[in-house]
Amino acid sequence: MSTFLGLPRHRSSTPEEGPLGPVPHADDPLRWGDPFPVAARRALDDAQMRRNLGHATSTIRDKRASVVGEVPDWEALRDTGSAVKGDVMARLPELLAQLEENVTARGGTVHWARDADEANAIVTRIARERAVDEIVKVKSMATQEIGLNEALAEAGIAAVETDLAELIVQLSEDMPSHILVPAIHRNREEIRRLFLARMEGAPDDLGDAPRELAEAARVHLRRKFLSARMAVSGANFGVADSGTLTVVESEGNGRMCLTLPETLVTVMGIEKVVPTFTDLEVFGQLLPRSSTGERMNPYTSLWTGVTPGDGPQDFHLILLDNGRTRALADDVGRAALHCIRCSACLNVCPVYERVGGHAYGSVYPGPIGAVLTPLLTGAGTEDAPHGDANASLPYASTLCGACFDACPVKIDIPSLLVHLRARDVDSRRERTVPTGWDGAMKAASWVMSDGARLGRAEKGTAALRVLAGRKGYVGTLPPPMSAWTASRDLPAPPRQSFRDWWADEHDGNDGDGAAEENA
Amino acid sequence: MSDARTQILGRAREALGADELDVPVPREYRVTGDLAPGSDDVVDLLVDRLVDYRATVHHATTPTVAETVAALIADARTVVVPTGLDVAWRADWVPEVLEDSREEPLDVATLDAAGAVVTAARVACADTGTILLDGEPDQGRRAITLVPDVHVCVLRADQVVHLLPEAIRMLAPHPARPITWISGPSATSDIELSRVEGVHGPRTLHVVIVR
Ligand code: SF4
Repeated sequence: MSTFLGLPRHRSSTPEEGPLGPVPHADDPLRWGDPFPVAARRALDDAQMRRNLGHATSTIRDKRASVVGEVPDWEALRDTGSAVKGDVMARLPELLAQLEENVTARGGTVHWARDADEANAIVTRIARERAVDEIVKVKSMATQEIGLNEALAEAGIAAVETDLAELIVQLSEDMPSHILVPAIHRNREEIRRLFLARMEGAPDDLGDAPRELAEAARVHLRRKFLSARMAVSGANFGVADSGTLTVVESEGNGRMCLTLPETLVTVMGIEKVVPTFTDLEVFGQLLPRSSTGERMNPYTSLWTGVTPGDGPQDFHLILLDNGRTRALADDVGRAALHCIRCSACLNVCPVYERVGGHAYGSVYPGPIGAVLTPLLTGAGTEDAPHGDANASLPYASTLCGACFDACPVKIDIPSLLVHLRARDVDSRRERTVPTGWDGAMKAASWVMSDGARLGRAEKGTAALRVLAGRKGYVGTLPPPMSAWTASRDLPAPPRQSFRDWWADEHDGNDGDGAAEENA
Repeated sequence: MSDARTQILGRAREALGADELDVPVPREYRVTGDLAPGSDDVVDLLVDRLVDYRATVHHATTPTVAETVAALIADARTVVVPTGLDVAWRADWVPEVLEDSREEPLDVATLDAAGAVVTAARVACADTGTILLDGEPDQGRRAITLVPDVHVCVLRADQVVHLLPEAIRMLAPHPARPITWISGPSATSDIELSRVEGVHGPRTLHVVIVR
């Protein structure tokens, strides 16, 4: 079985010089840079990045908490969201066929892509057939994942990112570091410098107020929107029973792309299908409150095939696998496909907040990235190259459980992490030659691979609390955790380990086997 | 192509195995709110949300809609309306009125040069401060509420419901219509996560509520 990754090379970790200093360069959007422990250590030296990130994530955490707190039936909505996604996975083939039938009946064309190369080739062909050499793009994780912009560039087609944060990443030739706000690691002054250096038509006296920066982007992109002939988008949801696709956004750049060009191509991961139109009443509440911490995002667009006289008259939907059926085959890991990409788990994660998104070496960073990336790429199985850096990702967590609590579709990320650690250890047990990071991770992985040992190890963190004493932080830790404590004091672990918490919450039943898949 | 389709669906079936997985879906969340559609309380809640998103709210009665709107668009040179807009709302406007429809659409440059657009709406959700348009003749093509910089949306109080499920269920009989949910003027939170109103969509949203 091949790896379905577009460019299944080993990570290249050659950072390249950009207007804002060195930026990572990815050969493969799902596998780049150093393995997590190495990249994390380097990231910890970047004080500016950590300040930017700390400020941004604490802002969004507060906003999210307040808008979630005002919804009395939030838990009921989460239960439904979780179950709907479980139902989708169970009936995926049938729902995809239904979606295809409805999109086709309404004048759209449906394509299927097994991997990144196939999806990129379809988009390229559609552009070429229409003699288009520049397309406008709505921010989309799926097209990030397949490296569409790079593939189009090779074919001589320019892809213009129109989401503000995505534009910032594109202009700085950087990689995204957050799934909602890809430039979250940049502050206003850095963005001002970047616009002055790289953005056509930026006024010389550009200030660093967010309002001014947004205005500069508006002026820059408006001409492109009004003349674009083809757009490419992702989709937040694809409704099987009506063929309706949905894009949730803020700036109006999405509406521009979805409405004005003659041709629209939407690349959607096959897991994004939902059964019925009324399911949008659930996700329409869960997603905005969890992602931007708003009661509702400014704009949500719904369209079904082609509407004569309104919007693109040439519509293509590409249904993308690229490792999703592989993740589906893991009956525990499958739950990672429930993700609606809200980014709440990133914003609450103590590890993400300290090391930033780039350390994860994938377009999917943070807690969900630490499970989704290895599942999509098959890290820790025979499908992936030996010593695959992605196999270290499931260790990028303290298993504190904050991600699980924040997740609007109740993905039990801590249990998935433990499951993938075990899978990784099992696969390496069969291979005798240790690679570089194998050694670094060995102790941790041995402990994490077994439920009982994990329980003991987490109890051991109670000892750290004692070490930390009244100061409330721990100065140094043994490897591999020393990579963090070397540059930063680790906060004392919470009084309860995740497992103890679980046991308390579940009538003394130890969390072992807590990998209960939420629906 | 059918090759990829067969293979993806085959892999998915294989991944799921032979067992029929039956996942029951609980629906315990609220589908009707405490506030009655069109009531003063539900309208007050909507106004609170709209103001929070920096939309501007105006109140009118059926006979005063035209003059209320006229005051909002007085500075514009041209104003776009969908052909199905209530003609009674269009009395005594100063700017030149340009009609738009699917059959006779205005070009993008004309929309870009227009000072404002005036439309109706299908339904509004008070809880989230959301106005939902479904592209019918009184609301028009999606482009007309996107390109002009000022959007004046006229909403009857009886179109205001409390919760999102109530609004979605009004749209559900016609899911294939092009639908846009609007919650305030366009905005971005991409710079240090601080919300800035006014990016690519209309930078000014006026909502006229008619009781
Ligand atoms: S895993 Fe859950 S919290 Fe994280 S991005 Fe996905 S849906 Fe959001």
